[in-house]
Amino acid sequence: MTTKIRIATTSLAGCFGCHMSLLDLDERLVPLADLVEFDRSPITDIEHCTNCDIGLIEGGVCNSENVHVLREFRKNCKILVAVGACAITGGLPAMRNFIPLEECLAEAYIHGIGVENAQIPNDPELPLLLDKVRPLHEVVKIDYFLPGCPPSAEVFWTFLNDLIAGREPSLPYESVHYD
Amino acid sequence: MTKTIRIDGNTVPFEEGQTIIEAATAAGIYIPHLCHHPEFTPHGSCKLCTVNVNGRNCSACTFPAMEGQEVLNNSQELQADRQKITQMLFVEGNHFCPSCEKTGNCQLQAVAYHLNMLDSHFPHFYAHRELDASHAEVLIDHNRCIFCTLCVRASQEHDGKEVFAIAGRGINKHLIVNAESGLLKDTDLEATDKAAHICPTGAILIKHTGYQVPIGERIYDHQHIDQVSLAAEQNK
Ligand code: SF4
Ligand code: SF4
Ligand code: FES
Repeated sequence: MTTKIRIATTSLAGCFGCHMSLLDLDERLVPLADLVEFDRSPITDIEHCTNCDIGLIEGGVCNSENVHVLREFRKNCKILVAVGACAITGGLPAMRNFIPLEECLAEAYIHGIGVENAQIPNDPELPLLLDKVRPLHEVVKIDYFLPGCPPSAEVFWTFLNDLIAGREPSLPYESVHYD
Repeated sequence: MTKTIRIDGNTVPFEEGQTIIEAATAAGIYIPHLCHHPEFTPHGSCKLCTVNVNGRNCSACTFPAMEGQEVLNNSQELQADRQKITQMLFVEGNHFCPSCEKTGNCQLQAVAYHLNMLDSHFPHFYAHRELDASHAEVLIDHNRCIFCTLCVRASQEHDGKEVFAIAGRGINKHLIVNAESGLLKDTDLEATDKAAHICPTGAILIKHTGYQVPIGERIYDHQHIDQVSLAAEQNK
């Protein structure tokens, strides 16, 4: 039996849209599962990644936990891929970068419509927010980028097949988009 | 005898007074550009049209064509330089394409696709820029302005007005409008002005027209900017 390609995935400051798009591979997930196995991923519930070939990361970096997870992926994945607009540019979560953090928190937890028992969450278990949301490449070295909000299932399919076959991945014009 | 230059080894005729980009366009050769527009005085600011002429880089939109020039346009090195320039344009402003009305019809985005730009490479500035929604029909989102001055030139040279100007230098450069209040509503801009329609990005938008064309039917969904641009500019 040949060893399967090990893939880890995670969502940092993302909306899980990129993961949903990966699942849009639908019946193609079956042949994919013959070639790959999933390590740490929302699909498996494995908590930490070890010894992976490919790490797919959705979302930018918005808090201290995101930084730790991103570094764990970099350490344990031979090839690290920034998946989607948020991972590549910070994306829509980075639109908070123009508003002071304190104002963001106050808007969400104190002055927001329908807020009851208003207080800013401060449980020590909660990761601290960074002052700005950052794209992945500003924190660790990223090997490949899959643009799109989200990238289509076609993009995942082309990219993973190229990579698994040992080809330099290349996306056709029509599947590269930033929206 | 017609005078000629050579672009990537192809002989291209030109008329006295033409720039390299004008000669190229007439011959059906696309040179990437954003601040160049065939109807207006060249500005030479975006540097996307950088070509190599007899061993030196220069802007094809401002450089006159001259007998015997050897021009490199579509080289791997120049395309890589242009990709870096485009990445700088992206990180200098705030381009959240998924929330931009211009997406799919945007020249900045289309040039980036054409150059196969998959990432922004540089750290993002996340510069704080304002939105001017004061005008009833036209909106300015400064986050997406690349200072190409096309709106400035269109207002002056076509509309016979002075609605826009660029103020400040370097990192403090910004677009201003001709009103004491600094608001678009207090200028004489009308939605029918050429200046309101010329922006290559989503910085100047006509209100109430967003997202009317579905995904899949937008200008650059299936067509590269080189085809679109040549088709539009050869008829000028
Ligand atoms: S102006 Fe163009 S590049 Fe900028 S956000 Fe809008 S679509 Fe994207
Ligand atoms: S608003 Fe648009 S046309 Fe005017 S300078 Fe900025 S990018 Fe160019
Ligand atoms: S098109 Fe020549 S510098 Fe912008």
